[in-house]
Amino acid sequence: MELTDAAIVSRARAGDADAFRVLVERHSRSLFRLAFRMTGNQQDAEDVVQDSFLRAYRQLAGFDERASFGTWMYRIAANCSLDLVRARNRRSGRHAPADEDRAEDPMAQLPSNGPTPERIALSGEIRHRVAEAMEELSPAERTAFVLRHFEGMRMEEVGRVLECQPGAAKHSVFRAVQKLRRALDPLVSVAK
Amino acid sequence: MNHLSEEQLILHYYGEEGDTLAAERHLDECAECRALYGSLQRVLNVVDTLPVPELAPDYGARVWQRIERQLPARRGWWPAAPVWRWMAAGAAFAGLLVAAFVAGRFYQRSPAPAIAQADPAAHEKILLVAVGDYLERSQMVLIELANANPKAPLDISSEQERAGDLVSESRLYRQTAVHTGDTAVANVLDDVDRVLMDIARGPSQLSPEELEKMRQRLEAEGILLKIRVLSSNVRNHEGPEAQPAAGQKL
Repeated sequence: MELTDAAIVSRARAGDADAFRVLVERHSRSLFRLAFRMTGNQQDAEDVVQDSFLRAYRQLAGFDERASFGTWMYRIAANCSLDLVRARNRRSGRHAPADEDRAEDPMAQLPSNGPTPERIALSGEIRHRVAEAMEELSPAERTAFVLRHFEGMRMEEVGRVLECQPGAAKHSVFRAVQKLRRALDPLVSVAK
Repeated sequence: MNHLSEEQLILHYYGEEGDTLAAERHLDECAECRALYGSLQRVLNVVDTLPVPELAPDYGARVWQRIERQLPARRGWWPAAPVWRWMAAGAAFAGLLVAAFVAGRFYQRSPAPAIAQADPAAHEKILLVAVGDYLERSQMVLIELANANPKAPLDISSEQERAGDLVSESRLYRQTAVHTGDTAVANVLDDVDRVLMDIARGPSQLSPEELEKMRQRLEAEGILLKIRVLSSNVRNHEGPEAQPAAGQKL
């Protein structure tokens, strides 16, 4: 039977590095997804994952074992991502979202009358605008939205990760969705 | 008729609206709310199409390989170690006793006891690998401080903890470097050690002014440059056989 996170965390706190390895292997992928959606960049996301585990290891003694290790790691990774995005913006101004390979564009695979060049160009444009609209969200809005929308956390859990009341988390999600709708609705309506 | 607010529609989309049936009924009857909800669905569905890069199946194991060497040693390692480790240690110790007994019975005393004479070249390489790792981690701490937001106060308690670990670790390297006559390495380690010690013993909260002073000091003493130069020399002198195997700690 697979050990629970809580049992493994107890061993890791006692200094068992093998136990910490299990936690790293178990949570790396979900942290990468979160970090990628927060930073919009693969290399940055990988740096965030590593940095998050290093921070977690150093702070393991202060971890409340009654809490969820996954939620705690999300909080650390969200903070690492925010630090990195802020540092990046400070160093080089706004970071332009990477122009992905359009041939693999999921928008182009939506049911349609066929992938006409216009449709492919439009879908690429939409994705670019989605990334841009995400960049326009404040750190709290972006974090709350990523956790609610992509990670499927309920508002209470989002609040726990952000260390705020569920009501405040809810408002961050509302503001994020409203901003995204204002930025993207005109374009999405054209693509219908 | 009371329309559903945008907030209610968002909660409905995520399945967190308290009265789902009432919201559904309202959407069936109200074209205005239906249009707004349709717009919301379209936008959120489009956001879903942002791709996330595919990761290799062994991604977690690779993350572990990258961070393992950077983890500070924790107390309590042996008590938490699995039982087989105790058994292996016990078996090894018992083996040593038997070997010592047999050796005492069958071999004459040699005039000069040949305690495992370490190969000086191997010694030097092990030192270089350990120093390279130490420099890399010291550089990470100092770069984090040098790149911190210059306008906001900063909590450096986690950097202090790492600096403290590094200081206690560096003594051994410095002593070994002095002992082997490697004064260049010893001098740089001295410089790095002084800065790390000041960080470890200083306040946990740095004001923007204190942070700026720290940055100026790093620049004036050329600490990061010295670390880079020494790291580069260390890498050049490290033989491939001196690299620790995955999972091995120095």
